[in-house]
Amino acid sequence: MGCENIEFDQGWGEMEKGIEKLKRILAGEKETPFTSREYMTLYTTIYNMCNQKAPHDYSEQLYDKYKKTLDEYITSIVLPSLKDKHDEFMLRELVERWLNHKIMVKWLTRFFHYLDRYFIIQKSVPALNEVGTTCFLNLVYEDVHPTIQDIVLSLIDKEREGDQIDRALLKNALEIFVEMGLGQMNRYQDDFEARFLQETTNYYSRKASKWIEEDSCPDYLLKSEECLKKEVDRVSSYLHSSSETKLIKKVQHELLVVYVNQLLEKEDSGIKVLFRDDKVDDLSRTYRVYNKISQGLDLVANVFKQHVTIEGTAFVQQAEEATSNQASNTPGGHEQVLVKNILELHDNYMTYLNSCFQNHNLFQKALKEAFEVFCNKTVNGSPSAEILASFADHILRKGGSEKLSDEVIEETLEKVVKLLQYVIDKDVFAEFYRKKLARRLLFDRGTNDDHERSILSKLKQQFGAPLTSKMEGMVTDVVLAKEHQSSFQEYLRNNPDVHPGLDFTVTVLTTGFWPSYKWFDLSLPSEMVKCVKVFKGFYETKTKHRKLTWKFSLGTSHINGKFEPKPIELIVSTHQAAVLLLFNASERLSYSEIVAQLNLAHDDLIRLLHSLSCAKYKILNKEPSSKSISQSDSFKFNPNFTDKMRRIKVPLPPVDERKKVIEDVDKDRPYAIDAAIVRIMKSRKVITHQQLISETIEQLSRMFKPNIKAIKKRIEDLITRDYIERDRDNSHMFRYLA
Amino acid sequence: MLAWKLKAEKQGYFTQDEWQTGLKALGVDSLSKLKKALSDLEKEVEKPSNYEDFYTYAFRYCLTEEKQKSVDIESICELLNLVLGVQFRPQIDSLIEYLKVQNDYKVINSDQWINFLRFCKEISFPDLENYDAIQAWPLILDNYVEWMREKHS
Repeated sequence: MGCENIEFDQGWGEMEKGIEKLKRILAGEKETPFTSREYMTLYTTIYNMCNQKAPHDYSEQLYDKYKKTLDEYITSIVLPSLKDKHDEFMLRELVERWLNHKIMVKWLTRFFHYLDRYFIIQKSVPALNEVGTTCFLNLVYEDVHPTIQDIVLSLIDKEREGDQIDRALLKNALEIFVEMGLGQMNRYQDDFEARFLQETTNYYSRKASKWIEEDSCPDYLLKSEECLKKEVDRVSSYLHSSSETKLIKKVQHELLVVYVNQLLEKEDSGIKVLFRDDKVDDLSRTYRVYNKISQGLDLVANVFKQHVTIEGTAFVQQAEEATSNQASNTPGGHEQVLVKNILELHDNYMTYLNSCFQNHNLFQKALKEAFEVFCNKTVNGSPSAEILASFADHILRKGGSEKLSDEVIEETLEKVVKLLQYVIDKDVFAEFYRKKLARRLLFDRGTNDDHERSILSKLKQQFGAPLTSKMEGMVTDVVLAKEHQSSFQEYLRNNPDVHPGLDFTVTVLTTGFWPSYKWFDLSLPSEMVKCVKVFKGFYETKTKHRKLTWKFSLGTSHINGKFEPKPIELIVSTHQAAVLLLFNASERLSYSEIVAQLNLAHDDLIRLLHSLSCAKYKILNKEPSSKSISQSDSFKFNPNFTDKMRRIKVPLPPVDERKKVIEDVDKDRPYAIDAAIVRIMKSRKVITHQQLISETIEQLSRMFKPNIKAIKKRIEDLITRDYIERDRDNSHMFRYLA
Repeated sequence: MLAWKLKAEKQGYFTQDEWQTGLKALGVDSLSKLKKALSDLEKEVEKPSNYEDFYTYAFRYCLTEEKQKSVDIESICELLNLVLGVQFRPQIDSLIEYLKVQNDYKVINSDQWINFLRFCKEISFPDLENYDAIQAWPLILDNYVEWMREKHS
């Protein structure tokens, strides 16, 4: 080359030779590949032309020529080739031309590389590569991309309908869109993806509206799962990975979100049928599929909750109707069945919760809320708390009517405790339970201490000591009373002269633990008076400073009735015994005479006399022999009374304690609220009204749900009593007064 | 009002000390001056900073017995009329009507009393739009608002 400047035309002529050769190679014509020498020549030509001194520094012209070369190539060869092609052929042609173009740019860039090193930086112009792409972009892409988009979309649609398409082709075609973005995704997104997503939405919307009518819920879910799989596959095959999230979200929305309620509530195949038929797989699929959708599980959990609520409420209604339809009913028979049903329901759905719904807390919450709806209904006047307490009572009475094994009893009791968490008025339950416990402990021989203690400890664990402390005291009392009794027997043995001549047991109870019982100023028969005296004597040797209050209404007596046909042993309450023993002294007594001798109130006496003269066993004859007791009646010992048994129990109908229990609980609640408020104020010192209310409710939630008005009232009361005061400046704050 | 200014401890009575100190503070040494002072006093009471103080005092003034913490409904109605009637006539009339018909409360304590004033000042009347029962208002006002809303529906 020497130090001579290369003239532009001359130098360009050399380049053109190389460019033509390149074109021939690309066209597939027979041509030898570039040798190193040829390449070096071309490169050096450029180098030299750029390093010549001005005005022979041809960098800028060369840069322009480079661009023009590409433009010209495109215009003369590429565009015509695309012109009259359609559909897949056009796609194929485009992909091929683009590949070729890239090769051409690669080679030309190598030839003209020197420009990349200095010129483009100096002049801040785009690099050769970028120029290459831009040429294609401007001359080809801008023109054809709408058509290409159409072709691609129709191919995708074809594939969705089941046909095979050339996936590799699509992949290449879509890559063009990406590359046209020059580093950004905007061409791909604007010129393809946006419409793709829209068409996808339309497609699946159509499908969904068809399937939802025709298919069963499990089938629909299967189809949906399939579609989603296919779409994911589509992305990995030829779409750009950035499309995946958007695509899946759209598909999920159209298939699963839009029709969710219709789907899950399908009459013949929806959720409730799946549960009924125990379709674990389908239920698991439902969970799986909806789990992937944000807030999808909310939708399913909602349907789940409604379903459980309906089932539970149906049981409640069943119980209501059953009782009102039957004229006579075994007391609480239907309520027993109700509890059994609800327990079973709970078991079933807990199983589903674990097996199908992965114990997800949304479903736990749904289950809880559903149960709270129907576990707080009153059935035939009986609050649910009472029903549950009766159920427990039934089980604990010597295993209930069916002889249940110890294990089954324990299990059932455990379930009862679990069910209690859904009952809001737990303190009402506690009170009913306590009353029944008292009867069990005092009247039901052979109560199982282990079971009694076990359920109490379970209750304590779940709901805290305040619920069970009194009851534990009761159980302990009975045990202690037995010890007392044995030392009393010893006392009698050591002091034979004080023995009253009757066998009797005394159970000493601690007043605070036991429910309150009405006190009767009963005049005891003389035989019993002696017994009381003797025990008093014994008791005083054991403890001073304790006062004994005698509750004869809780006692039982065994009396031998010397009837003419045969003697019969009567098991009666002590009050009844008192009435009967009067007839040892006189054959016949009028009502008023009995009243005078026994010193009882009319209500109570009428009950007693009724049980002895108008009920199943007529031990006394009443004159007149009407069905109810009036104050003008008189009574006679019935010598002819008999029964096939040698020993009979003469029951006293129990007084309805429901009202009293509820009253008692209502009376205690304000104190509980007070205590909670003071506790909170003591620890917080200063607190806002809102917070105080919400913390009080939370603290008391283990026992009951106080309403806001009640809490407000107690706050006012505490202000009056100077426990707390309202802040002077901020009337919504309260301060603790030490 | 005079009692307030004089800081009288017991209703209906002025101790000699209170009388002398108080009247000196008013700058009064004759009956005619006292009359004029009283009308000035009215204006002084209406100043917002003094108003609340006066209002609270008025309640305490009615606590005649030792250790008494609440005032009976009858007296409260009278007192409301006297103290708040001028500024909040419609509210007071309606409130007094309610207090007379309701049965839940036979007496009013100081906390409730303070809140009556706050109620008149803060709650729009008669629509009671901005009253929120969840806030820390005393229960008696909750009940009053409920009663009002029922009446107007």
